[in-house]
Amino acid sequence: MTTKAYINHLTYYLPEKVMDNAELMKDFEGLLNEGDFEKVGIKKRYIVDEGTTGSDLAFNAAERLFEETHFDRNQIDALIYCSVHQDHVTPATSCILHGRLNLNEDVATYDITHGCSGYIYGLSLAKSLIESLGMKNILFLTGSALTKYIHKKDKASRMVFGDGASATIISASNTPNETKGIGQFILRTDGKGADKIIIKDGGERNKITPASLIEKTDEYNNTHTDASFYMNGTGILLFTLKKVPDLIEDTLKKNELTKNDIDLYILHQANVFIIEQVRKKMKIEAEKFFYSIENCGNTVNSTVAIALCEAIKAGKAKKGDKILIAGFGVGLSWGATVISL
Amino acid sequence: MTLTLESFIAKLEEEIDTIPKGSLKPDTNYRDIKDWSSMHALIIIALADTDYNAVLTGNDLRSCNTVSELFNVIKSKIA
Repeated sequence: MTTKAYINHLTYYLPEKVMDNAELMKDFEGLLNEGDFEKVGIKKRYIVDEGTTGSDLAFNAAERLFEETHFDRNQIDALIYCSVHQDHVTPATSCILHGRLNLNEDVATYDITHGCSGYIYGLSLAKSLIESLGMKNILFLTGSALTKYIHKKDKASRMVFGDGASATIISASNTPNETKGIGQFILRTDGKGADKIIIKDGGERNKITPASLIEKTDEYNNTHTDASFYMNGTGILLFTLKKVPDLIEDTLKKNELTKNDIDLYILHQANVFIIEQVRKKMKIEAEKFFYSIENCGNTVNSTVAIALCEAIKAGKAKKGDKILIAGFGVGLSWGATVISL
Repeated sequence: MTLTLESFIAKLEEEIDTIPKGSLKPDTNYRDIKDWSSMHALIIIALADTDYNAVLTGNDLRSCNTVSELFNVIKSKIA
């Protein structure tokens, strides 16, 4: 009997506080214009307050999922938490969430600290736990509160990023000829590009010192410190243009599919401009690319789940459809797979 | 695509909507483009990649000032 992992349920959660473009523009006194927002395709983003953590958002997403689906939390065999932030130096935040969600003791816990590739990495782990270790139901949570780490004068990052969380239940199916499922993965890393997206200080390698707070401003008037989030925008665009088309091609090949077999492409919602460059380069028709960034911005490891939820709600992702999902960014790290609902 | 300075200028004016048509000259410092920002740098890098198959880096952009200098760098990098 073959066991197949599939996405059983998913939902997402955004914090309460909204920041629209008009409000953001006030902080930059004429240095930001509507044209820039149009290119990135973002109208508003949700922002956490200082006391809220990524895991708080993930907790809310999980509770929302249990409420919406009435899924019995005692059926969960593993909890995977993906976030670039941890509640404490130790223990793993997945253990903290396990306690807060009142899960039973027969639950394995895993933290993944990947960013924009995180949803894909988490799904690959969930699939392995089901198809290799025989687990039945995996609760996979993502949570990002990155805006707390972005320097107030870093306009490029403040334009694009928002906070948010997602909750997915991946389950096992033993039905013969099951059509729904999570396909084969391509997962890749380039650790030599680690400094392209980084919060340099505050971890074990570099403690926070007064030097961590020295402001550095680039030629485009974006300011960061070694204690705040830094992204080399031009470097990341080049990385994306070089790696993501190959990632998609190789994922199709591994799943024995062609571009035309895919009903919908959901890429990490970095921003509309960058995804459109990939789409045009790959010569894929616009209606096959789904965007869900206008109302929440780039929520790091939650974007693919949020977009998938919205695609289902909008009737763009239907039962039986083949959907290629891909994540790429901090690490540098990238990955993709094909799912069927 | 054949790359001529004229077609490159026309392409820049098309892609960057803050540039009034016909206003960009070979000796224009592209940083003087209205509301010049990192978004514009990304547009130029993407244009070099998709239209000319040339990998233009952030350092390349930093190393030149005028539109014609930029044109020459892209031309030298066409794969």
